[in-house]
Amino acid sequence: MSVLVKKEEIRLLSGNEAIARGAFEAGVKVASAYPGTPSTEILENFVRFDGVYAEWAPNEKVAVEVAIGASMGGVRALATMKHVGVNVAADPIFTASYTGVRGGLVIVTADDPELHSSQNEQDNRHYAVAAKIPMLEPSDSFEAKEFTRLAFDLSEKYDTPVFLRTTTRISHAKGVVRLEEPSGPAFTPGFTPDPSKWVMLPVNAKLRHFVVEERTKALREFAETWDGNRIEWGDRSLGIVTSGVSYQYVKEAFPDASVLKIGLAWPLPERLFREFAAGVSRLVVVEELDPHVETHVKALGIPAQGKELIPIVGELDPRIVRQAITGEADPVRAPEKVPPRPPNLCPGCPHRGLFFALKKLKVTVTGDIGCYTLATLPPLGAMDSCICMGASIGNAHGMEKALGKDGQGKVVAVIGDSTFLHSGVTGLMNIVYNHGTSTVILLDNDITAMTGAQENPATGKTLHGEPTRRVDFTALCRSLGVEHVYTVNPHDMKETEAVLRREVARPEPSVIITKAPCALLPEHRRKKRPVYEVIADLCTGCKACSRLGCPAIEWVPFTPEEAVAAGKKETQKGMARISPLLCDGCNQCPPLCKFQAILEKKA
Amino acid sequence: MSVPKGDVFLAGVGGQGTLLASEILCEAFLLSGFDVKKSEVHGMAQRGGAVTTHLRFGPKVFSPLIEPGKADLLIAFEKIEALRFAHYLRPGGAMVVNAQEIFPPSVATGQERYPEDVAARLRAVTDRLHMVDALAVALSMREVRAVNMVMAGAASHFLPLPESAYEAALKARLPEKLVAVNVQAFRAGRALLQLT
Repeated sequence: MSVLVKKEEIRLLSGNEAIARGAFEAGVKVASAYPGTPSTEILENFVRFDGVYAEWAPNEKVAVEVAIGASMGGVRALATMKHVGVNVAADPIFTASYTGVRGGLVIVTADDPELHSSQNEQDNRHYAVAAKIPMLEPSDSFEAKEFTRLAFDLSEKYDTPVFLRTTTRISHAKGVVRLEEPSGPAFTPGFTPDPSKWVMLPVNAKLRHFVVEERTKALREFAETWDGNRIEWGDRSLGIVTSGVSYQYVKEAFPDASVLKIGLAWPLPERLFREFAAGVSRLVVVEELDPHVETHVKALGIPAQGKELIPIVGELDPRIVRQAITGEADPVRAPEKVPPRPPNLCPGCPHRGLFFALKKLKVTVTGDIGCYTLATLPPLGAMDSCICMGASIGNAHGMEKALGKDGQGKVVAVIGDSTFLHSGVTGLMNIVYNHGTSTVILLDNDITAMTGAQENPATGKTLHGEPTRRVDFTALCRSLGVEHVYTVNPHDMKETEAVLRREVARPEPSVIITKAPCALLPEHRRKKRPVYEVIADLCTGCKACSRLGCPAIEWVPFTPEEAVAAGKKETQKGMARISPLLCDGCNQCPPLCKFQAILEKKA
Repeated sequence: MSVPKGDVFLAGVGGQGTLLASEILCEAFLLSGFDVKKSEVHGMAQRGGAVTTHLRFGPKVFSPLIEPGKADLLIAFEKIEALRFAHYLRPGGAMVVNAQEIFPPSVATGQERYPEDVAARLRAVTDRLHMVDALAVALSMREVRAVNMVMAGAASHFLPLPESAYEAALKARLPEKLVAVNVQAFRAGRALLQLT
């Protein structure tokens, strides 16, 4: 094939990059978000365009409120978040449905079927129904950009916020996108006071509710005629209704079938459903997670198959769809049995030292959302709960109240810096207010790490990379009324353990800030760091260092013959080795070795 | 003339640079006029865990995911990872595997041994198995991070593009100062395999 493609027009973009591009082309001026997989890259890409403003908000609720304010101010505005972020932002979203917009307002919800990096796999199409907000659902990067542009037009035309829903395989899959020129927004900035629209007193809100219902009727008509909801007639013995990435799986598995592709997940097109159903002999609804489309098809009295065939849990793929609909097994080679490789805290991760100490204390650890949730895995095994952003602190307080005197000194909460600012501050306030005594450990690694290193209000930098004030955690905790706030270096295992023991026993609220940068930060990586090695002659194979679970510490097993050959006792089962490629020089393991076998490697 | 199509499955360990390798391969297909899609997962899964990329090219690509038993080529950056995803390979598909061993936690903590029969088990999956020592090549260049381009170079023998397409992709996607070292790594990887 010859190279005929004009490079400046065609790009291979992820769904997230395509949404960022679509927002730029739509003339979005203000964007706000809290990072969350799989949504994070939307704002990271959007901020690179000229003439836009974008920010990391402390949480999704604030992000949506900022976007609503920008819309009131007459510019197009975007808020992006992962699926569970919508739970946090639901309060402003449900009422923004009533107020409507001035500048176009789009809220991206990036769902995560299969829980690649999430605590649940909720289906946020339910939010569109519950909040009475239209929802577009692209099926690849190409549509992600097109639908983003359309979402802003719809928002202004119908005076409503618009949801754009992706899933991981849309957000993080790359496909070909055609770039277009940006087109300016329809309004000039400026706020026009209109209490009946913007002030949701009950008297005003009740009238707006009628407006919302009329709007939904108008959007239903749009759903019937818009070509993003379309019938692709094929073999009429099988008709499949599908949307989102499932459309791609259906086209792959059943290239000849008739397909009704749904691009607007809410409201749904009733006449189109009836027309399609009348034209095919068997109707199947293929969608990931909940039976959203299926329920509405069946509510029309149309006979259809759905979740009785298609799994409700996890992602789909072409093979799952094919087998479910044909009912025929399609055996492939069974996966080989190999040692599992779960994600792990990085070599040099400051969290490791803290959790090693917590495990020794034998306390109950209520945990939170972040890289540190991985400390629940062996060998650290030092986290007992993880519910949602900020939950650790409320959970610890509740457990302490439940256990009464027996719980004193037995429960600690562990929460990351960004997570604490997201929704931990109110929990800590509650402990102080309600005579709690829990110890809260604030893991300050100078970054929002798990989502790939984003700035936050405590890092001193904005999303645009400009310097800014940083939250002073010690001052913040003291201002809430916590008298005992101490900062430790978690790489210093001895000090960390000593402070932990003292504060956990204290019958008052206390906060321990473990401060050390994330090992993945470029500033840290550029620093000259030592590399440690195990002196083979001194290692007795006691495995004390292995219990850290550091990826750089490898166990070399011995047979009795190998042990003797290595100059060890025949009974020694092996010895430790440190991979010089992986060692980050954090100095957590040397103090664990009673035989002083771990030393800094001489260059 | 019909446009060739194919499914390429990349497997490795978080931190090995599989994402960049797949990015360059995709760009090479895009610049050569193919439709192309790829899918991978970011976030928690990347922290030292097993990572995969599904890469599909052809005249028109629908699904961003490859089905088990359908991949034409498996590029594995680590031996165990080749075995973990071997069931994605179609019968008669090719495998390019880095001989590097990265211990998973159960091996690193001494609960089990690193399997010794990986090569034999891979050979039982396909006789088109090509083991290469990409780490040694990268270390000889004094650039351990080049493992990914060495692997891409070795695997490029099994893809329907000329060498110039990959070098154009590297130039299109990388900052200028990184192009030379990556082109060098790609060529060194390509030189590891001589196919007749």
